[in-house]
Amino acid sequence: MNDIIRSIEEEQYKNDLPDFGPGDTVKVHVKVVEGARERIQIFEGTVMKVRGAGLSQTFTVRKIAFGVAVERTFPVHSPRIDKIEVTGRGKVRRARLFYLRERTGKKARVKEKGYF
Amino acid sequence: MAADTKKAIMGIKVGMTQIFDEDGRAVPVTVVETGPNIVLQKKKEETDGYNAIQVGFSSMNEKKANKPMMGHYKKANVKPLRYIREFRTNNVDDYEIGSEINIDIFAPGDMVDVVGTSKGKGFSGAIKRHNFSRGTMSHGSRYHRGSGSLGAKGPARVFKGKKLPGRMGGERVTVQALKVVKVYPEKNLILIKGAIPGPKKGLVMIKDSVKA
Repeated sequence: MNDIIRSIEEEQYKNDLPDFGPGDTVKVHVKVVEGARERIQIFEGTVMKVRGAGLSQTFTVRKIAFGVAVERTFPVHSPRIDKIEVTGRGKVRRARLFYLRERTGKKARVKEKGYF
Repeated sequence: MAADTKKAIMGIKVGMTQIFDEDGRAVPVTVVETGPNIVLQKKKEETDGYNAIQVGFSSMNEKKANKPMMGHYKKANVKPLRYIREFRTNNVDDYEIGSEINIDIFAPGDMVDVVGTSKGKGFSGAIKRHNFSRGTMSHGSRYHRGSGSLGAKGPARVFKGKKLPGRMGGERVTVQALKVVKVYPEKNLILIKGAIPGPKKGLVMIKDSVKA
């Protein structure tokens, strides 16, 4: 990559990102603007995929909210994300957990890793 | 009347990336590296038939400049410059020969037009070159990517300007009304929203937008 472009991208990187991957349970602290006020909303769920690299890297979190599945994709380095908290490590055997979409109830869970 | 360019600068296209704006949206931007553009000559209606300033950009090896050009550089009292272009302007007297134009003439939020030479595509068919539609590739179709009918039988010839395959790209292209996202005056960089014509390392001209 060109040095100039790298220097522009490096300005925007976050340095305090936790290490997480598909299967992990995360709490994403999203900044939400309501009128003139800004508050923080937590979106908690399973990381379904992480795609891309560098500044354009994004990750998708899936959760069941009031019986409805919600998937939200965030840019990893987005300034709208205040903080990412890892609350659980999942044991998965693939990088993209699309199979969760076809499953409901107890089958739609990801096994926890023994250690944390 | 010729276009009255108020602000213009030459630069080299570096490439594209993205940047997060104040609302947290990822904005696609093209990075252009400029440098001091030096005014070499002022052209005036009375002497040259039109008003313009001639500007040079990017230093080059003195040995590569030929004698007539060296004389021209000497007149403006500057080192040889790789690229020389003219910008039409009605306020020729605002500029001084030998003075520099820097990227700080543009600020974030400005609308600009960008002129460049598009990437050469070689000899291209009518689908790529003129956005023609393709025929069905199967079901016994014998028409796939051709240019279609060349016209009526009557004139017994093909009219001039008929859209046919040929050389595509490598021509002057202007993209109008692009927004300036960010300017780094100390690094001589400007970030323009969206794509601009030409390959990386290609020369581009950034002007104030005629639509602004």
